[in-house]
Amino acid sequence: MNDSRKRLINGNQAIAAAAIDAGCRYYFSYPITPQSEIPEYLSLHLPEVGGTFLQAESEIASINMVLGASAAGARAMTSSSGPGISLKQEGLSYMAADELPALIVNISRTGPGLGGIAASQGDYFQATKGGGHGDYRIIVLAPSSVQEMYDLTIKGFDLADTYRTPVMILADSVLGQMKESVVMGGRKKSTPTKKDWALTGCEGRSPSIIKSLYLDGDKSSEHNRKLFEKYQRIQKNEVICELNRCKDADLILIAFGSAARIAKTSIETAREKGIKVGMLRPITLFPFPNQQVRDISTNIKDILVVEQNTGQMVEDVLISASENARVTFYGKPSGNVLEAEEILCQIERCMNKVGT
Amino acid sequence: MKQVFKRPESLRDVSFHFCPGCHHGIIHRLVAEAIDRLRIRTKTIGIASVGCSVFLYDYFDTDVCEAPHGRAPAVATGVKRVHKDRIVFAFQGDGDLAAIGTSEIIHAANRGENITVIFVNNTVYGMTGGQMAPTTMLGQHTTTTPRGRSFLGDGYPLKVSELLATLEGCSFVARVAVNNPANVRRARKMILKAFEMQVNNMGFSFVEVLSACPTNWKMTPLDALKRVDNELIPYFPLKVFREKTIPDKL
Amino acid sequence: MGRIQIDIERCKGCGLCVATCQKELIHIGEKINSHGYHTAQIHNKGECVGCANCAEMCPDVAIEVWR
Repeated sequence: MNDSRKRLINGNQAIAAAAIDAGCRYYFSYPITPQSEIPEYLSLHLPEVGGTFLQAESEIASINMVLGASAAGARAMTSSSGPGISLKQEGLSYMAADELPALIVNISRTGPGLGGIAASQGDYFQATKGGGHGDYRIIVLAPSSVQEMYDLTIKGFDLADTYRTPVMILADSVLGQMKESVVMGGRKKSTPTKKDWALTGCEGRSPSIIKSLYLDGDKSSEHNRKLFEKYQRIQKNEVICELNRCKDADLILIAFGSAARIAKTSIETAREKGIKVGMLRPITLFPFPNQQVRDISTNIKDILVVEQNTGQMVEDVLISASENARVTFYGKPSGNVLEAEEILCQIERCMNKVGT
Repeated sequence: MKQVFKRPESLRDVSFHFCPGCHHGIIHRLVAEAIDRLRIRTKTIGIASVGCSVFLYDYFDTDVCEAPHGRAPAVATGVKRVHKDRIVFAFQGDGDLAAIGTSEIIHAANRGENITVIFVNNTVYGMTGGQMAPTTMLGQHTTTTPRGRSFLGDGYPLKVSELLATLEGCSFVARVAVNNPANVRRARKMILKAFEMQVNNMGFSFVEVLSACPTNWKMTPLDALKRVDNELIPYFPLKVFREKTIPDKL
Repeated sequence: MGRIQIDIERCKGCGLCVATCQKELIHIGEKINSHGYHTAQIHNKGECVGCANCAEMCPDVAIEVWR
């Protein structure tokens, strides 16, 4: 059956539609802007497919409902924005420790504090460095188009099940509110994994336990080592990044999400001016494309990192880049959206340096 | 002679970690007896909370999920929404349920989630060393109320059953004690009733159990029994606060 | 009439059974179990009526009762 369809929808709606297409039937959340279209869409459409939409009393309750539904073996999801994601970190830490799959969407706001709903990439550290307490990582996917909001949501559920880990979609209001045409369904179906660890009542088997308390030093070490080895496997197998016009480039621009999307325009303009710029766009922020950055910076020494924040992903670039690379950072604080012209200006400045 | 009292099958054959004279063990046993009685062991999923009751998974021979501190009703909600035909119960202490988890318990009750919550009220944070709980009695000395709890600054002991009983989502709310055999037998009936409510899809059921913590009360187990009678019950009366009628089966 | 059996290894010597037995047939004895607790023991076994009050109060589910 070909259920492929094309729709003009915004990024938040694309995520919600993808969740249903991925077989997610349990969604728990608390209202916050600028992700409101996700709960609005799912409150309307999840019941149509026999799913459960529950508006929880708090962000903390909603992530713990996700924890429960995931422990029960279901594909479950929540979505929020900056301050709400901060509150969910407790549950995320537990779910990482419990090895429970789920999809968490952060349509981020400007922060810190209450911030605002304008464009921001200020949650990069929180998303990629653990966020909650303890030694863990979650997979972080960074779409830069409405189509990718759809595609990466489906991929996110699959990755979550495969590795038994929470997966986060990290986007912002630019991507959440923007409308583009999206091809939905019709592609390779998401394959739900058999969850023999799920809590279903112990009929015909011995009881299962999902927990994160390890008072015994040896067992605690063993559990943390197991998690670490999983993150190493993820780092080895799951890196996704887009390389665009890099072959002949003199300068590589590295950006993710909405910043990358805007920078593409700057790169096109620069090319028209004869400046050879290419782009490396991390799509997985954890696992970060360390090796790809290292490889490309070995050949092309000038790197320009552009972010809609005051410098977060640039730290991962600096760790990854080859010793001889010259890394320049341009960050625009959360609030006013990056403009293609200002990025172009930075590209030209970098190229002038190259010339000197 | 016939055996009239034995270990319930839903309890694993292991010793409790609880301190001597702690009532947690009695309450565990009564919950296990209810599960046995209703023959629901293999369809029950327990939710462990944080505190002395965290080791629920070591004692109950059922599936168990650990919840973050105070979040057991939210985790139970997630589990139950997926498995509507399973029996889901949470087992929480007073710090867990009545302080950090106040929001989760009130809203799970108000939604009428078809789960059962067993609430152990021993007027103190047990596992962390006897700090003041929301249920600590006025004047009670704890490690964080060294001069005794005062309503000025510390507030009054929280009456959770009375609060929850105002909510339409609750099918059953009762407070019991286990400090003498008669109270234990009554508690057994109430806990069984709470589980029956869930089996009959009646909505949220709740039993508060007044429990002794001799270690943190700095009392002998026998004096702790008397304290439940003399100090706790007059303030926390034993009562069925709310009970919906289970309709006769057709 | 009745009979109880106390699992000495489970007993923590809290004495709740001692206080509960109306016939005063249980005491905390000199015996020490492997955990270091003095444990409950029954004397005058023949007088036990198997009321199970001791078992109802035992926080460690260490007592079984026959009647």
